[in-house]
Amino acid sequence: MEPIIEFKDFSFKYRSQVEPSLRDINLTIYPGEKVLIVGPSGSGKSTLAHCLNGLIPFSYTGDITGSLKIAGKNPVDLGIFGMSKIIGTVLQDTDGQFIGLTVAEDIAFALENDMIAQDKMHTKVDEVAEIVDVKNLLENAPGELSGGQKQRVSMAGVMVDDVDILLFDEPLANLDPATGKRAIDMIDKIQKQQNKTILIIEHRLEDVLYRDVDRIIVIGDGKIVADTTPDELLSQNILGEQGIREPLYITALKHAGCRIVSEDRPQHIESMNLDGHKQQVRSWFEAVGEKEKKKETQSVLRVENLNFSYEEKKPVLQNINFDIKKGEMVSIVGKNGAGKSTLSNLICGFYKPNTGKIFLNDQDISPLSIKERGEKIGLVMQSPNQMISKPMIFDEVALGLAVRKVPEEEIKERVYDTLKVCGLYPFRNWPVSALSFGQKKRVSIASILVMNPEIIILDEPTAGQDYKHYTEIMEFLKQINKEMGITIIMITHDMHLMLEYTDRAIVIADGKLLADDTPSNILTDEAIANKAYLKKTSLYDLAHRCGIEEAAQFTDRFIYFEENMRKKEERSKTGSV
Amino acid sequence: MSKILSYEEKETWIHRLSGVTKLIFFILWCVVSMISYDTRILIIMILFSLIIFKMSKTEWKQVGAVFKMVMLFLMLNVIAVFLLSPYQGTEIYGTRTELFPIVGPYVMTAEQLFYELNMILKYFTIIPAAFMFLVTTDPSEFAASLNRIGISYNIGYAVSLALRYIPDVQSDFTKIKHAQEARGIEMSSKASLLNRIKSVSAIIFPLIFSSMNRIDTVSNAMELRGYGKHKKRTWYRARPLKKADFLTIAFSVIFMVVALIITFWDGSRFYNPFV
Amino acid sequence: MSKKFGIKEVVAIGIGTALFVALTEIQIPIGIPNTYLQPRMAVLAFLAAVFGPIVGGVVGLLGHALGDLIFYGSVWWSWVIPEAVVGIGIGVFAAKFAIKEGGFGKKEIITFNVAQVIANVIAWIVVAPVLDIVIYAEPVNKVFLQGAFAALGDVIIIGILGTLLAVGYTKIGAKSSSLSKED
Repeated sequence: MEPIIEFKDFSFKYRSQVEPSLRDINLTIYPGEKVLIVGPSGSGKSTLAHCLNGLIPFSYTGDITGSLKIAGKNPVDLGIFGMSKIIGTVLQDTDGQFIGLTVAEDIAFALENDMIAQDKMHTKVDEVAEIVDVKNLLENAPGELSGGQKQRVSMAGVMVDDVDILLFDEPLANLDPATGKRAIDMIDKIQKQQNKTILIIEHRLEDVLYRDVDRIIVIGDGKIVADTTPDELLSQNILGEQGIREPLYITALKHAGCRIVSEDRPQHIESMNLDGHKQQVRSWFEAVGEKEKKKETQSVLRVENLNFSYEEKKPVLQNINFDIKKGEMVSIVGKNGAGKSTLSNLICGFYKPNTGKIFLNDQDISPLSIKERGEKIGLVMQSPNQMISKPMIFDEVALGLAVRKVPEEEIKERVYDTLKVCGLYPFRNWPVSALSFGQKKRVSIASILVMNPEIIILDEPTAGQDYKHYTEIMEFLKQINKEMGITIIMITHDMHLMLEYTDRAIVIADGKLLADDTPSNILTDEAIANKAYLKKTSLYDLAHRCGIEEAAQFTDRFIYFEENMRKKEERSKTGSV
Repeated sequence: MSKILSYEEKETWIHRLSGVTKLIFFILWCVVSMISYDTRILIIMILFSLIIFKMSKTEWKQVGAVFKMVMLFLMLNVIAVFLLSPYQGTEIYGTRTELFPIVGPYVMTAEQLFYELNMILKYFTIIPAAFMFLVTTDPSEFAASLNRIGISYNIGYAVSLALRYIPDVQSDFTKIKHAQEARGIEMSSKASLLNRIKSVSAIIFPLIFSSMNRIDTVSNAMELRGYGKHKKRTWYRARPLKKADFLTIAFSVIFMVVALIITFWDGSRFYNPFV
Repeated sequence: MSKKFGIKEVVAIGIGTALFVALTEIQIPIGIPNTYLQPRMAVLAFLAAVFGPIVGGVVGLLGHALGDLIFYGSVWWSWVIPEAVVGIGIGVFAAKFAIKEGGFGKKEIITFNVAQVIANVIAWIVVAPVLDIVIYAEPVNKVFLQGAFAALGDVIIIGILGTLLAVGYTKIGAKSSSLSKED
């Protein structure tokens, strides 16, 4: 069979950069294959995607050496429009890709540009909408759709062109776990029914492997580090070395000292052969101790009978009650649009609750203004770009103090102290623009921290971050939680985050409080997980298949074990960053 | 955001008209209303626009809030004209019929009252037409319409993009504003002018920068899907012109011509009852 | 740097107009009745300075007309056209400013502000009043006074906020190789 994509000794260097972003790539992909491309941020995986869809060299210029053939042709000869007939790209930013005023128009966009007659366009749009299951949404505007629905519209929008290859750029980044699962299912269905070649770029490996892939390509530092089957890859240690998170059950097996071989078929926990490992896992479970419980402290944020609606008779939040203790790390989880953000808006005072009260240290905060609340309860937005409003790092962090007329000397002292805590002190005189995304995130946290809040609320603190940056941010938050005693509340749909870093999860579904429990209990309870659009953790399956009844306990001990491992690593490193 | 006028789907002949037709009607209607100071024409136009406004089944709650704002603006304008030019009417109509003195040099004249009445009438000829145009025109179809009346499809699509992203930008704006308010940046009127500009800049900065990123993403997305490949493009939502459209356009043109002939019959755009 | 009209410009008009319209509501009173500083003008000036006269002109035209229609239910045409004049006036110097490339320094700040003052004076003290008189037969002294205040307000807001935006954004594009960590 003729390959559909063929890189030969391919290298690429962006014009503005000194080092090449891709080096000596040799990669062959055949029609009908489903290939997963993984790699940490900055590894070159997005550059590879740009080479495939023609943005390189047509929109981003640079130097190419070696050859790339797609469907037997050189992309340079085809041009970006020629390429769009062969390969369709579904971007990570679904709002950026959704350009039509309604679903139907967005799907028809490529056809309109091709001057297809209107009646043909209508038939084709109906046909494709049927495939991705958005037929009943054709008249809807993007504002009325969920993230998952927008993504399916994006798929339809590239499939109308009858492309042979579909390229997905981080399709799971903005989706809650259950919706992500559905997206992976949909991609699988498209590959099988429409016989397309599928390329998925993603670092959430475990979630993609929910459905079979033929091959996984690991990219590290601009090179291909591995090109093999999932079973083969999961029995090696390449993923860990490249800073990509393995599926949790694989990590757990490795912690237990099991040697995984590809014959075990480790790609899915449901069907993996565990015969040789069960005993080992059980004894490991017995050996790992239990984590000691945090001491109960007094209440810092208490919510009582909270009700809220934007419009009459359409309640967004109903009868919410919870009590967060001083020094806790708590996650608020639930599917997109369930009312999580509304809850934080009410706590910060952007909106007033219809009924119910919010107490800070047992004092009703309803008389406090937004600004007054902001001194005690800090809010960090999802993207640092939504907060940063000063070109220089010092000024950005000082902003909250400056508007409160704090004397200049004190500002300087407090900003420097905060920058030291955040590891940003060496950069204090830099412009914000010189920082990486992760560092910018720290700046936005620093700008809140400087006001000495008692509580920090973070909206999706790790969205779109790879494992390394995720760990960096979360360890930092843990540090300020521990050392400064700040209570941390995170709004998230990242299950790893809630499991690994929070003591408690408050689950909101359809505006109601569904559960308030430890993350391990929630993620091993199928009913709750389903209702909240979460996914039960694969550790649950592993525990059960190994004959361990207490799945939640198993999960807790796994997290405890990992925590200790990180601590040891930290200690062995001399002088942390 | 409730006070924003927006399209609502309804079953009337006005809704069924193409966006091109309504745009042509609206522009010609504006032209007549701008040029003519002929009271008779203006009154006919108001009656006519009220009738079609009624026919379009537009409800008060769709437009009420905006209407109140327009009224406020109108009043301020009427008062400003009187304060700054109390004898504009006298100048235009060439007579001076004093009614009663107010203060100092301000004397109310019949001419001034009549001139300002005409100003108000002009407003009222446009408002129902504009409201109706907005709430009965499907924005998708409208972008296609612009292209059809000879405007470059690039502009047509830019309009479509603007309408697509207004809600997104608004919600970004609200989010950013909230986050900055929590940091202590206030938009209230208490602060000094310079401080208020600073506060606004703390919100606009992040908004601009995220919008600049969005411009890059959206242009990539469009390029990847073949935008700009040909000199022309088709439109999913374009609607062919029907009999009702041609009749409406013909009516608009004839109305404009007749109205302007009547207006300028005596050589002036002002209808003058004073001589 | 060429300022051709490509996809990026189309998108800049679309999203720029959305920004302009969304910011219509934000007005800062300056103590003179009926006169406000309009932050959206600073955004228009910024977009014009980055993307050039076509984007500047069309965003002004479309943004003002659409904003008027959506928020006030009528279009005051004699004030829509001058808005485009401001956008074009600032936009013609876009290539000189090189904001995206990090080139917006002292000299450019001066050019930018000279351009915006001239553009605003032409737009609000010449074009708008003349159109008001010709189209609407409004009183001469009223329209010139109104125009003068509008020009003043726009010059202030573009001078402060517009300049800040351009300076801030150009820093993102600036090379940061000369930076070193400090202890």
